[in-house]
Amino acid sequence: MTTEQNIDDILIPILEKVSDPEIPVLSIMDMGVVRTAVIENELVKVQITPTYSGCPAMDVIGDDIKAALKQAGYDAEIELILAPAWTTDWITPRGRKALEEYGIAAPLDAEADKSVLLEGKKMVKCPQCGSTNTRLVSQFGSTACKAQFQCDDCQEPFDYFKCLK
Amino acid sequence: MNNNLYKYILGIADNSLILGQRLGELTGHEPSLETDIACTNISLDLFGQVRSYFQYAAKIAGDQRTEDDIAMLRKEREYVNVLLVEQPNRNFAYTMARQFLFDVYHLLFLQELQKSKDLTLAAIANKSIKEVSYHLRFSTDWIKRLGDGTEESKAKMQDAIDSLWTYTDELFHQTEADKVMVQEGIGVDVTVLKKAYYEKVNAVLEEATLEIPESKWFQKGGKQGIHTEHLGYLLAELQYMQRAYPNMEW
Repeated sequence: MTTEQNIDDILIPILEKVSDPEIPVLSIMDMGVVRTAVIENELVKVQITPTYSGCPAMDVIGDDIKAALKQAGYDAEIELILAPAWTTDWITPRGRKALEEYGIAAPLDAEADKSVLLEGKKMVKCPQCGSTNTRLVSQFGSTACKAQFQCDDCQEPFDYFKCLK
Repeated sequence: MNNNLYKYILGIADNSLILGQRLGELTGHEPSLETDIACTNISLDLFGQVRSYFQYAAKIAGDQRTEDDIAMLRKEREYVNVLLVEQPNRNFAYTMARQFLFDVYHLLFLQELQKSKDLTLAAIANKSIKEVSYHLRFSTDWIKRLGDGTEESKAKMQDAIDSLWTYTDELFHQTEADKVMVQEGIGVDVTVLKKAYYEKVNAVLEEATLEIPESKWFQKGGKQGIHTEHLGYLLAELQYMQRAYPNMEW
């Protein structure tokens, strides 16, 4: 198993334009779900990996990749792969920044994530006002990858992208 | 087609399919928004895992069968889930007890399955573990919270554990397909998980100040397709669209 990506340079700008339908500010490249994209005999072979097994966005992402590549003049074949399993470590620094700007707190490291979700520690930074005086409202949120938080300083509710490792 | 492997995959996936459907029935009916979202999210994870298993099973079958056919078009006796997961949603304590009793097993099972010689099964297990650990955290919390809660919540949780206890032993029964798959290094020997399972379950029950049931009478049959009366009603709803509009696609 390898955790390395294999993406043809020519395809990067095309794939960067495709975003996660549930988090439109986040490109699928910054999300780390594209593992392979290579041109073989005029056909682009793309491998994507799901964030969560039941992520309903995967089918749409596959279709969107096909459409974007078609527009650039390529036919594509999409394959969904499970190994190695996706981790939030694959979200790029640019992706984390996009999440924060959109109002979603980016994942903490595994240990901090545990203290936050299990022990109620106040470590998640509110994406609105930057305070860490925040608390867990619900372990599950609007999508499989997020939990629901509230800031006790500015009172805004917000999503926290759970650490997956 | 490798018939034993096909049956083995169904044995794993049917549990998640039926439990996922049970949780899905609760959409909009849970006691709070947070628990509603939690149960439907858990359901979604389980359905996602089921898709991976059934896509693989369809590939092994090698005929016209699709993942949807396997999920939707079998008869009641052809489903091989354990009796535990088909038990209905009587109340929230019951739903959480059922979830907890399955989650503890599910996590132990996946931890072994990720060592399988079958790389597809190992990959699905490795992916699912992260999700199932989170399910277990959630259900464990509720066992403790209701068990060590008010008089009423404790009574309801104790009643749920007592009623569902009889379905726990079946989790550790081996089918013929299991035995062959264990020999080939593909399957998990569920009999060895039993000790760790009851240790974990009992520890949580104790912390929740609940009684550990003493009954030694256990129900079985789900793995052979002999179900409780509840499964038929569940399937009627699950299969409705495919039966009413054969071959429909999303």
